[in-house]
Amino acid sequence: MKDGTATMVMTPPATKPKKKEVSGQELRKTWVGQSIKRREDPRLLTGRGTFVDDITLPNLHHAAILRSPRAHARILSYDTREAENHPGVIAVLTGEEVGQMSKPFPVGVTAAFKYYSAAVGKVRYVGEPVAVVVASDRYVAEDAMELIQVEYEPLPPIVNCEAALEADAPVLHEELGNNIGCHRLLNYGDVDQAFEEADLILKERFVFPRYSSLPLETYAVIADFDAITGMFTVHSNFMGPFSMHAVAARALDVEENKLRFIVPSDIGGSFGIKTSIYPYIVLLSLASRKAGRPVKWIEDRQEHLMASSCQTDRVAYREVAVKNDGTLLGIKSKVIENVGAYLRAPEPACTFRPIGNFVGPYKVRNVQLDAYVVMTNKCPTGPNRGYGCQQIYFEQERMMDRIAEELELDPIEVRMKNLITAEDMPYTTPTGGIYDSGDYPKAMDLVVEMSQYTKLRERQKKARAEGRLFGIGIATGVDPSVSNMGYITIALPPEFRARAGYLPKSGSAESATIQMNQRGKVSVTMGTTPQGQGHETVVTQIVADELGITPDDVVIVDEFDTAKHGWSISSGTYASRFASVGTSAAVLAARKLKGKIIHLAAALLSVPEEDLIIQEGKVFAKDNPEKNITVKRVAGTAHWNHELLPDDVEAGLQARAVFRFPANVAPDPQDRVNSSNTYGFMVEIAVVEVDPDSGKVNILDWFSVHDAGTIINPKIVEGQIYGGALHGIGGALFEELAYDDDGQFLTGSFMHYVCPTAVEAPKLTIGHICSPSPLTLLGSKGAGESSSETAPAAIAGAVADALGPLGIRINELPLNPKRVWTLIHESKTP
Amino acid sequence: MKPPKFDYFDPTTVEEALDLLKEYGEDAKILAGGQSLVPLLNFRLARPQVLVDINRIKDLDYVRENNGTLAIGAMTRQRTLETSEIIRSKCGLLTDAAELIGHPQIRNRGTVGGSLVHADPTAELAAIAKALDAQMKIRSSEGERTVAAKDFFVTVMTTVLEPSEMLVEVEFPALAPSAGWAFEEFVLRHGDFAVVGVTTVVTLDAKQTCTELRLAAIGVDETPFRDPEIEGLLQGQKITDSLLDELAARVSEKVDPFTDLHATAEQRKHLAGVLAKKAIKKAEEAAILNLKKES
Amino acid sequence: MPQAYRSVEITVNGLTYNRQVEPRRLLSDFLREDLDLRGTHVGCEHGICGACTVLMNGYTVRSCLMFAVQANGAEITTIEGLAKNGKLHPLQEAFWENHGLQCGFCTPGFLLSACELLERNPDPTEEEVRVGLSGNMCRCTGYQGIVESVLAAASKMKAQK
Ligand SMILES: Cc1cc2nc3c(=O)[nH]c(=O)nc-3n(C[C@H](O)[C@H](O)[C@H](O)COP(=O)(O)OP(=O)(O)OC[C@H]3O[C@@H](n4cnc5c(N)ncnc54)[C@H](O)[C@@H]3O)c2cc1C
Ligand code: FES
Ligand code: FES
Repeated sequence: MKDGTATMVMTPPATKPKKKEVSGQELRKTWVGQSIKRREDPRLLTGRGTFVDDITLPNLHHAAILRSPRAHARILSYDTREAENHPGVIAVLTGEEVGQMSKPFPVGVTAAFKYYSAAVGKVRYVGEPVAVVVASDRYVAEDAMELIQVEYEPLPPIVNCEAALEADAPVLHEELGNNIGCHRLLNYGDVDQAFEEADLILKERFVFPRYSSLPLETYAVIADFDAITGMFTVHSNFMGPFSMHAVAARALDVEENKLRFIVPSDIGGSFGIKTSIYPYIVLLSLASRKAGRPVKWIEDRQEHLMASSCQTDRVAYREVAVKNDGTLLGIKSKVIENVGAYLRAPEPACTFRPIGNFVGPYKVRNVQLDAYVVMTNKCPTGPNRGYGCQQIYFEQERMMDRIAEELELDPIEVRMKNLITAEDMPYTTPTGGIYDSGDYPKAMDLVVEMSQYTKLRERQKKARAEGRLFGIGIATGVDPSVSNMGYITIALPPEFRARAGYLPKSGSAESATIQMNQRGKVSVTMGTTPQGQGHETVVTQIVADELGITPDDVVIVDEFDTAKHGWSISSGTYASRFASVGTSAAVLAARKLKGKIIHLAAALLSVPEEDLIIQEGKVFAKDNPEKNITVKRVAGTAHWNHELLPDDVEAGLQARAVFRFPANVAPDPQDRVNSSNTYGFMVEIAVVEVDPDSGKVNILDWFSVHDAGTIINPKIVEGQIYGGALHGIGGALFEELAYDDDGQFLTGSFMHYVCPTAVEAPKLTIGHICSPSPLTLLGSKGAGESSSETAPAAIAGAVADALGPLGIRINELPLNPKRVWTLIHESKTP
Repeated sequence: MKPPKFDYFDPTTVEEALDLLKEYGEDAKILAGGQSLVPLLNFRLARPQVLVDINRIKDLDYVRENNGTLAIGAMTRQRTLETSEIIRSKCGLLTDAAELIGHPQIRNRGTVGGSLVHADPTAELAAIAKALDAQMKIRSSEGERTVAAKDFFVTVMTTVLEPSEMLVEVEFPALAPSAGWAFEEFVLRHGDFAVVGVTTVVTLDAKQTCTELRLAAIGVDETPFRDPEIEGLLQGQKITDSLLDELAARVSEKVDPFTDLHATAEQRKHLAGVLAKKAIKKAEEAAILNLKKES
Repeated sequence: MPQAYRSVEITVNGLTYNRQVEPRRLLSDFLREDLDLRGTHVGCEHGICGACTVLMNGYTVRSCLMFAVQANGAEITTIEGLAKNGKLHPLQEAFWENHGLQCGFCTPGFLLSACELLERNPDPTEEEVRVGLSGNMCRCTGYQGIVESVLAAASKMKAQK
């Protein structure tokens, strides 16, 4: 892999395609690698995008959702008469009816509790849907919503996940007898021995908060039930994975082909959050069924903050066994993951998605993970950018700093000591991950060089001498992309997975369909649901290269429709999968199409296929360029003139390809699993200064080095890094979905949930190294989550470093002024 | 998040508006810039039966200089504070503080009167009104009264206004050409309401001795905080660091803030002192500059 | 007598519309639903995210914090009115060239805010751009592409003058 690595610091975007040697004799233009202007921008810049709320249907009615004001209560009665009689109201659907009209959502754990799209019998979090009003417009629906009377019998709430484990804690789901949704004790290597051999053992308790990468566009659903055919048609900004389509179909109790999902070309951001829209898809589908007409529901911001989705908060105890030279021998981690009121699919993926990369970039071989997935009276959780990784890297990197502190080593040195190297690649981690490529020390060297790390430390010395609180934080992480569906089954014990009749799960695939019209122009559809990642542009670049045409010859259709597209359970745009699996599917489909063009051209030119090449719109005989035919003519023939088609050639020109990864297997009996497919790397250096008077953390500098394999469009990757970093920084410094001890939700507006603006956002210095993935067709890896996973750890490290002289340790986020000021204040008051 | 139903009136004269207020009393609310009221309506936290929109009353949007004072009509947009030359020359503190209020889009609509009547405990204009002893001109269909800023703010989001009354004008004293001023605040995010803010005006004599200190703090109590004893500390004194430290300590001691999601009471106390010191220093420097310009 | 509906005459992007509206109808809903101008986006309905920003009589306003009746007689520019005669506004071009958007949901609000910003300050520093756009939230870009786009547009527009 070493040969493939190259270093570059972000260069200005090239605008002209470069000439590149491709296959020895074939000289052609390449669009891959260029920052070409995005194809989706013109419509978005002029207000002509299509988001769900821009869609309207005949006889469309509007829904408002009545939500629980209580964290935990029994529902004694509903009175909906006044609301139903309100002018303009078509129907009121209560949770009780939801319980009758639908089935509980399936979920991949053994705990048997019931989760419906609205509260049935009991409410378990503030904001849980209690009833739906369908009316002529949203204003009227909200008026009527206020007329519904619900009588509650309050029950004691529980919001703290550790307290929820105690024997006398209030129980959310009586049928379980406790609040544990899933518990697994996983052992890899020989942890006991590692701790015996250790020179040093350190233990810390960490608290990671709830936050959300929070898209600017809220959830949006238009559901339309056809009573005659029994078909549900749903427009929504669902982003996948389409395994959730199956979950929704089970709840609605219909066959999958009777539940049609349509996703428009534009989604206003998602970052994982819109995966968890599916319960609302079910709820609105039921509302449409009851109302007998299409129903639109546009979630408002208050609803979104309190009752959409977010990442888990968690408490973790981490213990490390270390040698005196800094070698990490073993990790014991006990995690208490708070998934909120219902363990909702794809949870408990938060705990298990990063299982293969649990050790991050470090060589440690002995790992124990004791994972409790706990239900409390908070909003249910789901995927959020970085899914599970920001939590483990926070714990991991804080521990690396503790080791450095204890052994009086530089934090860079401790990390270097333990890094997996390029020689080790491909590297199998103790937990079963197979790192496909990478050169972590090289990336580390680059960030040290870029940041002038030694000088930074000198700057820090000077600042400290002046009494300033100046800190440098380092965080590394392995960036997993393209989830192997199998990882989620780690939530089930191996005995369960071994049962006869159990259907093991594994894999991850994506499809692309490409069609060439009679004039040689191309359209492509993908099984992806982009939310701003520029897939149209990237696929255009790839297809143009593969077919030797220009981006202008290619049109990508971004809408997605389960009734029309090629897709499978793992389709969608999540887990940073597009850059790996999506691009590979596009390449495969284009190559398949190219094969067909050559095959037909061979017949038309009477030249053997092997002797033909495609270049700049023509098919040539390699040795006899006189013998050629334009691609346009080949295409014209395929469509217009079937007489000339050999028997084995289909009329028309199209190809569909599905790309899947080879190493996707279900977890083994030892619970090892390659949970993702390609593994990138990133390392951050954050430089901060803390204002002791306000407790505010100011970011002075930020250096970020990435290895995402081959980069198809540098500008787009840079944009992903910026966006990801700000989500991590937002979560570490500003944003928290907060509850009081009674389960009341405290951050229901943007005044309370504080998202950074351009003023708070730092400028980053970004560097790249490139270790192409041997598994993907272009060598690319995912880059969509990247810094969202490491930024919180980097901030924590930097603030800890800044406050170290005061004897303050940072084991909890967010580091908002209130917390930081209080820490400083307490350190001064004995 | 859609507003509840209301009856809507958009009178074009003050008299018409006052008649409507009289007629509907408690059930009516004035709609000025809407930058605080409309969010409350959208959250359905406010549900007036009647809205009296005063945006079409041209007579309430003005800035006038009356011998030594600056009269600002209630419907003057916050944006005007930034752009008005008269305001800049007579009471530059208002100009400088304006950019601390929200964002350009908010100031384009938000009004001076609306901010004062809304009486958010961290509104910058409330602090300035209190520090400068602004006079609030209030009208109802029964007549007119003037209330000093110190008596105007009652508690969080509550003023002395009766339901039938409307704030029509606020009068600020013109600042002495030799005065220096500052508004220092701590915000979580640019444009937010402050966590804590302090505004001050420092007047010096030719020997750079402080002849007058005005100081008000927000985010530390239900209404803007001002204390004559603290202001007296610098009276007739050269401003020194140790004097400012003493003053800051007094501020921290005397304010009575609250703990909320974003800051603790202790933190607010501390910040009030720190910002007071910082603001006075800045104001003093500005005053010295102004003195030099004068001589 | 208060009326359940009011007639309004509002000029949007140069076209005058006459409509009946309920007084409580938000200007954002009026533009999107009554006029079918879907380019104005709604992200919070409480004045913070800036997605709904439009120009009213030349000034930026939050269309979620105004009632359509209040715009009676006003001239409004929405994102649909920014490009003229099929030609993108220099700000739109700059956003395109500098990767100033990802999902594009915040983009209309940013563009209109940036219009006013550059009108008031044709030659802003980076810091001034950041402060000037702090009334608009973007969740995708980390703001860098947006800031670079506005700075690029400023130099382009200056050069054109
Ligand atoms: C994102 C955002 C950020 C903000 N940041 C700040 C900030 O940093 N600092 C700050 O001070 N403010 C801030 N504000 C609030 C803003 O300044 C408002 O404009 C102000 O609080 C209210 O003024 P208005 O004209 O908009 O009044 P409205 O919202 O129309 O009315 C507010 C209240 O005052 C009453 N009222 C209005 N005018 C009169 C009158 N003449 N007589 C009697 N009653 C009247 C109304 O009935 C209502 O109860 C922010 C607002 C937003 C949306
Ligand atoms: S929708 Fe108007 S500011 Fe957010
Ligand atoms: S581009 Fe998505 S919110 Fe800004």
